[in-house]
Amino acid sequence: MSYLKPSFRHPELPVNDLGYTKKNYEGAISTLCAGCGHDSISGAIVQAIFELSIAPHNVAKMSGIGCSSKTPTYFLGNSHGFNSVHGRMPSVATGANMANRDMIYVGVSGDGDTASIGMGQFTHAVRRNLNMMYIVENNGCYGLTKGQDSATSDIGSKSKKGEPNPFEPIDLASMALQLGATFVARSFSGDKEQLVPLIKAAISHQGFAFIDVVSPCVTFNNNPGSTKGYEHVRDHLAATGTVDFVPMKEEITTSYHPGTSQEVTLHDGSVVHLHKADDKLDIHSRRSALGLIKDYKANDQILTGLLYMDPDSRELHETIETSNKALRSLGEADLCPGNNVLKNINESLR
Amino acid sequence: MSKVDNITSVNDLVIKFANVNGTGSASANNMFAKAIFRMGLSVSPKNIFPSNIQGLPTWYEVRVSDKGYLGRRGGIDIMVCVNPQSMAKDIQEVSPGGYFIYDNTKPLDLRLLRNDITFIGLPLTKICLDEYKDARQRQLFKNVIYVGALAALINIEFDVLTGLIADQFKGKEKLIAPNIHAMELGFQYAQENIQCPLGVTLERRDNLGEKILIDGNTACGLGAVYGGATMAGWYPITPSTSVVEGFEKYCKRLRIDPGTGKKNYAIVQAEDELAAIGMVIGANWNGARAFTATSGPGISLMSEFLGLAYFAEIPTVLIDVQRSGPSTGMPTRTQQSDVMACAYASHGDTKHVLVFPSTPKECFDMTAEAFDLADHLQTPIIMLTDLDLGMNDNMSDPLEWDDKREYNRGKVFNAEQLEEMSEKFGRYLDVDGDGIPYRTYPGTHPTKGSFFTRGTSRDEYAVYTEDGSEYVKNMERLLHKWETAKGLVPKPEIINCEGGSSVGILHFGTSADATREASDYLAESGITVDTCRIRAFPFNQEIEDFVANHETVFVVEQNRDAQMRSLLVNDCDIDPKHLIPVLNYDGMPITARYIQEKVESHISGAKVTPLRSKTNKK
Repeated sequence: MSYLKPSFRHPELPVNDLGYTKKNYEGAISTLCAGCGHDSISGAIVQAIFELSIAPHNVAKMSGIGCSSKTPTYFLGNSHGFNSVHGRMPSVATGANMANRDMIYVGVSGDGDTASIGMGQFTHAVRRNLNMMYIVENNGCYGLTKGQDSATSDIGSKSKKGEPNPFEPIDLASMALQLGATFVARSFSGDKEQLVPLIKAAISHQGFAFIDVVSPCVTFNNNPGSTKGYEHVRDHLAATGTVDFVPMKEEITTSYHPGTSQEVTLHDGSVVHLHKADDKLDIHSRRSALGLIKDYKANDQILTGLLYMDPDSRELHETIETSNKALRSLGEADLCPGNNVLKNINESLR
Repeated sequence: MSKVDNITSVNDLVIKFANVNGTGSASANNMFAKAIFRMGLSVSPKNIFPSNIQGLPTWYEVRVSDKGYLGRRGGIDIMVCVNPQSMAKDIQEVSPGGYFIYDNTKPLDLRLLRNDITFIGLPLTKICLDEYKDARQRQLFKNVIYVGALAALINIEFDVLTGLIADQFKGKEKLIAPNIHAMELGFQYAQENIQCPLGVTLERRDNLGEKILIDGNTACGLGAVYGGATMAGWYPITPSTSVVEGFEKYCKRLRIDPGTGKKNYAIVQAEDELAAIGMVIGANWNGARAFTATSGPGISLMSEFLGLAYFAEIPTVLIDVQRSGPSTGMPTRTQQSDVMACAYASHGDTKHVLVFPSTPKECFDMTAEAFDLADHLQTPIIMLTDLDLGMNDNMSDPLEWDDKREYNRGKVFNAEQLEEMSEKFGRYLDVDGDGIPYRTYPGTHPTKGSFFTRGTSRDEYAVYTEDGSEYVKNMERLLHKWETAKGLVPKPEIINCEGGSSVGILHFGTSADATREASDYLAESGITVDTCRIRAFPFNQEIEDFVANHETVFVVEQNRDAQMRSLLVNDCDIDPKHLIPVLNYDGMPITARYIQEKVESHISGAKVTPLRSKTNKK
């Protein structure tokens, strides 16, 4: 963290298809602790949206309460953001999405926000297949209140006070898979190479795209004994493969080479290239993903990468058959039936 | 059976049906009430139903009044008892001189007899057993048969009933003849076996004009269609459920895009009330008009979000159809006991704009206006109706819409306005000095006008701050906006009796009909009163003036703790001694007789001056 962000940018900074530089995608200075994994995720979001050439103002940033939920302030300064109430971001995002289906919805939440008070809303956003990217910045602890265990904290993981957590953790990726999420991924905040393409794929996915990002808390959960500290996570990562993302307007390849790599066609036509280190994972099988997550966990490893996606995903607007136009753009002429219709209604009530 | 002076009246009666929940009596009872309405008579039906699915006693009370009184009168002239379970209690409820109509297939327990009322037996079960083989038919037609019998007993025009059957079974023509036949069975039995008509009869009148019969919840749903709502997030709860169901019914009919066949609306049944209000806030934040409907327990759950909407200044429309609390209370009984919970929903210094409709027309008008008001003030607007208005058919003036009317979307900068701005956009700047800032919809402009919405304190540019002076400035501006709201919310309805009185009655919502009737009765006994119907909080100046201009002011409300009175004391700094509570909270709609009694007993006890000579009455 630094208090001053240099205003100077190299005049020949690369620009994207909109003519924007990365600077157009930055936000306010972060007030999180120096070295916080969440800031890396913000950086990855900036890079992904920049590379996708999405105009920042077409993105709505949604969050709840907590360290993670503060982060939308720190990226996409030209976007509207909404820091709602604890755990209830999914409902606000649902309403916002219903009002205008043309925008891109980026939801940022934390393990406290999602796996405790927000569990209900999270599950129902998944169930409805709301068209949004939902990132959990998962550090297994409550940073804002100085390090209590969260519901994703591993059993036996030691908090800063040195107390081992006595309870089983909630595995959000497994839960999302079981609930029917149409896109599930897991990554590590420090692994931009993997995270950026995952974010790009998640944004392009038509439906609920969930990314659980292990994001160590440098201040309250980075101690020896913590299973969400930097050292532990680095030592226990297992990737499903290297992920690359090809936007729709470039080359589209649909061939699939079992064993070595896998190409995943996203709903909007864009493609994720998954180079599998572990050819046991079938990206279109929930059962495969759930089994592998469990297997790696049994070996004390965290499986990362794109775990599952449904190529036939139907997002909420399609399911409930709302207008192709943004509902908020409709005016009196579209919405108000007028007095003559009302006269007929009156007549039917006599 | 009895030697009593029977009640006699023309077009002035209260009849109550005692049924078993889940036996199909509702449609027969509705038909009965609507037939009276179609005879041009003022009718006021009320469902009194249990909070369960079936089997328990349920009642339906219908009042007919030649003077057009629509509130509950009190007293029962005719009881139609089809439920043995509640018979003992039902018999006790009949006014002396009244009639008790019962199924005499089984003989009556003689211990239940009263000699001051008339017992009339109709062998409903026997007729059905003789006529129908199917068990369900035996149950359903029992209800139609007693309606037919009543037609003979109190002179309901049979043609009107057959016309209603034809309307009710439009599209299911096969059912028309059997229903008419069942009605005839009842009619004939009564004519042949009972001295018809009774002392209580009906005569056609033509004094309803263009009136309609509609429940308040449906009117709210229709108001949301006309008010331009495109999104409803909701969670079912009695007695508000039919608000969104009404919205959906009319949307399906009126809001399908003719080109694509797709919906110009979105309705999401949420997982709970917390999510319902969250969705509404999200949709309004993103520039759509969205609303939800709930009842007391939902208000409790929504309170946190309401605080956010107040502080972050997000338009929100919420319809609270009140029922009896606290906690789960009596879910199917009416009350006006969410006034305080809604006025101050959420922690911290929070207060919300409330509106109080009294009729279905006001439900329609105020719902549509609530969207304008919410957008204009950028704050939650909570409409407080109740079960009595929401779920019962109420007579109402016809609904009207001015086709020239345009939605007031409030202060929203569009892309062109932002483009032309040289100064920095400040989301919470009081540009016009009325406490209402400008907002922008997400996605409006590439580089200008975006802001961060949050429940934490921020400065005028929506930047997070814990600077005390910035916080105070913001809170003061919100208060200033509150003052602005006083001039925008619906004004009270004040009725001054001739020459004015030193006694005033303040009331709101569904106490209106009973209050109007009570003031007539009071005038007859020499007590003239002025009335003021409160239609909104914050209170308009007219309400404060009304209180100041009357020596004695009664506040009529349907809750235990005199919540409106507390609000008046709190907001207008009135001496509590000046406001005398008149409180009914048994879950049934307040009656004119109750109000009359309370006012009379206070005035005679306190020897307050306004007793006027009867010749001087209104």
